[in-house]
Amino acid sequence: MRDGRLFSRDPRPLLLVNARVIDPSRGSDFHGDVYLAEGVIKDAGFGIAASGVPDGAEVVDCRGAVVAPGLVDMCAFVGEPGAEHRETLASASHAAAAGGVTTIICQPTTDPAVDDPAIVDFILRRARDTAVVRVHPMAAITKGLKGEEMTEIGLLQAAGAVAFTDGHRSVASAQVLRRTLTYARDFDALLVHHTEDASMSQGAMNEGAFAARLGLSGNPKSAETIVLERDVRLVAGARGRYHAAALTCAESLAVLERAKEAGLPVTASATINHLSFNELDIGAYRTYFRLAPPLRAEDDRQALIRAVASGLIDVVVSDHLPQDVEGKRLPFSEAEPGAIGLETLLSAALRLVHADQVDLVTLLAALSTRPAAILGLDAGTLRPGAPADVTVFDPGMPYVLEPSMLKSRCRNTPFDEARLDGRVLRTIVAGATVYEYV
Amino acid sequence: MHAASAFTLSGRDLLGIEGLIASEITGLLDLAEEFVELNRQIEKKRTTLRGRTQINLFFEASTRTQSSFEIAGKRLGADVMNMSVGSSSVKKGETLIDTAITLNAMHPDILVVRHHASGAVALLARKVDCCVVNAGDGAHEHPTQALLDALTIRRNKGRIAGLTVAICGDVLHSRVARSNIILLHTLGAKVRVVAPSTLLPAGIESLGVEVFRTMEEGLKDADIVMMLRLQRERMAGSFIPSVKEYFHYFGLDELKLRHAAPDALVMHPGPMNRGVEIDSAVADGPRSLIREQVEMGVAVRMAVLDTLARKLPNA
Repeated sequence: MRDGRLFSRDPRPLLLVNARVIDPSRGSDFHGDVYLAEGVIKDAGFGIAASGVPDGAEVVDCRGAVVAPGLVDMCAFVGEPGAEHRETLASASHAAAAGGVTTIICQPTTDPAVDDPAIVDFILRRARDTAVVRVHPMAAITKGLKGEEMTEIGLLQAAGAVAFTDGHRSVASAQVLRRTLTYARDFDALLVHHTEDASMSQGAMNEGAFAARLGLSGNPKSAETIVLERDVRLVAGARGRYHAAALTCAESLAVLERAKEAGLPVTASATINHLSFNELDIGAYRTYFRLAPPLRAEDDRQALIRAVASGLIDVVVSDHLPQDVEGKRLPFSEAEPGAIGLETLLSAALRLVHADQVDLVTLLAALSTRPAAILGLDAGTLRPGAPADVTVFDPGMPYVLEPSMLKSRCRNTPFDEARLDGRVLRTIVAGATVYEYV
Repeated sequence: MHAASAFTLSGRDLLGIEGLIASEITGLLDLAEEFVELNRQIEKKRTTLRGRTQINLFFEASTRTQSSFEIAGKRLGADVMNMSVGSSSVKKGETLIDTAITLNAMHPDILVVRHHASGAVALLARKVDCCVVNAGDGAHEHPTQALLDALTIRRNKGRIAGLTVAICGDVLHSRVARSNIILLHTLGAKVRVVAPSTLLPAGIESLGVEVFRTMEEGLKDADIVMMLRLQRERMAGSFIPSVKEYFHYFGLDELKLRHAAPDALVMHPGPMNRGVEIDSAVADGPRSLIREQVEMGVAVRMAVLDTLARKLPNA
């Protein structure tokens, strides 16, 4: 895949035995072993260890823990370049490794924005030299994220951008988005679009009774559905590949369902935050719950969970967005939106499994196989020959999230002090262990 | 010698290639061949249009087309007047018709008109009594350009029928592309268009062309590679990301030209954006017909003016 320092090391072969092997790319879930060598998955099946341990291999007894493809997080902000005090490629990659994430797709909303092939190149080189997991940048849809002129989609893709997004900004001009979708189709490039009309999203939280009680201005759900409806109609004409970055409400899911039924090249994500919390969690103006798009009602959260279970929502993302203390220790309406999420993504998502709302194979598909397929990455599978990017986790191990144990440079997690079930025991990238729980 | 060819067009005006039949096109090309020879003599003057008044009415700036029409008219003996009307000083529709009525009152015999709006030349033609030649209307037609391109191809390839012609670049804004597609089709060539999707009009397939989105595929085995100018001044929004990316994927350089047939020839209607849609090495190279196209332009326009004048009421 990529000839990085980390990845060019020749790690000792690894035989993971006595594991619950889950490969969502093949829908399989069985008790067996996984053998990793030369940076790739050599075998995943029953009784590999019984037929003898390969020469020089390190044997790890998983004691029934799950071995699954490493997570592919399709939406994470890393502050490099320009906001290294919030997160670097190194710190984000360690946070990712601790969360079982082996591939980060980083956002282009840096300073300067990723709208030039040279910046894609910079990120790939920095990641190669400093990160312990794989990093693929998305590039901007429009120059300077201004929503006016499309970026050099062909050259950026050739430089290594895996998709195009303006981050948490919607392209307001329908004509600009239409032309960009049309142009991107020639390169089979994916546009990942934040569906939130800026003019209707000046508030601090979801519009409704709770916002009224708190005296905060609200963002209506229609701010999202109007943009999504528009986009779906643009896709119907332009036929470029489109991914809705973060849907939050039941109304949007109905739009998404119609688009998929019509056979349009449309996919969508939900963030772990919108699957875990509702607007009431804001409680007494807790700014770690200030998000963009905002947390919605419990009905919406339940609808999102059902959509993950049914596969209507393709991907679950962390929407990792580190904010320093200065950005969060402010009145709610003045605080920066966003939450970190790389380290808690899997543990938080497992809550849905423990609540019997989503089965584990489907969940892992949404966290690895589906995003890899949408982005065209060789990941999210335990198929022999695939890169040895694997996570080992105990889905039942309980713990309390202590902010001090976070590896991210920021602490703005809504799971602060939360009780979580499911812990990552080991994360392996290209056959090398990059995180181990001790 | 041209008196020998006595054919006429069915219409009074030449507003477009659309509507011309194959014999009319080849008739014009045959006559133009004679003028090519004439134009290479010292004595280039004819008297076919003696006493006739030709007005070149250009609502859009043009150097080569206007001078080409001017020379063509003068060599045929007409009195030629150039009127350049800056589009800013014109207030569209009504003024265009007023201009037509005013000019008509001066009894010109031939009006050569270029306008930035598609259909404007046809509108003007309905208001005047003389014959009208479309020298380019918006993104609609530019018939004399297509004729001169056809003449250039025929002289170099010996035929047009059966050739594969790849028209590459900004098809969306190009009147040259539309006229050429229709003409080449009428004469039996296979026409392809090659452009990013944003520079192709919706439904372009209905004109009977094969559509390609990469130069590598579109140029494969092409006999003629016809480049179009990237009309940056017409781009209201962002149709392409940058000149750099456009040249990288769609600019004709020697590497991309290798995909075409080994004896493929390169054309460009001009003016060229060197380093945008065409590399200088190709534009000035041995396979370029670009200078010959300009020469053919005068001959074709003489043929058009001569032919149209034959049907003038007092001819």
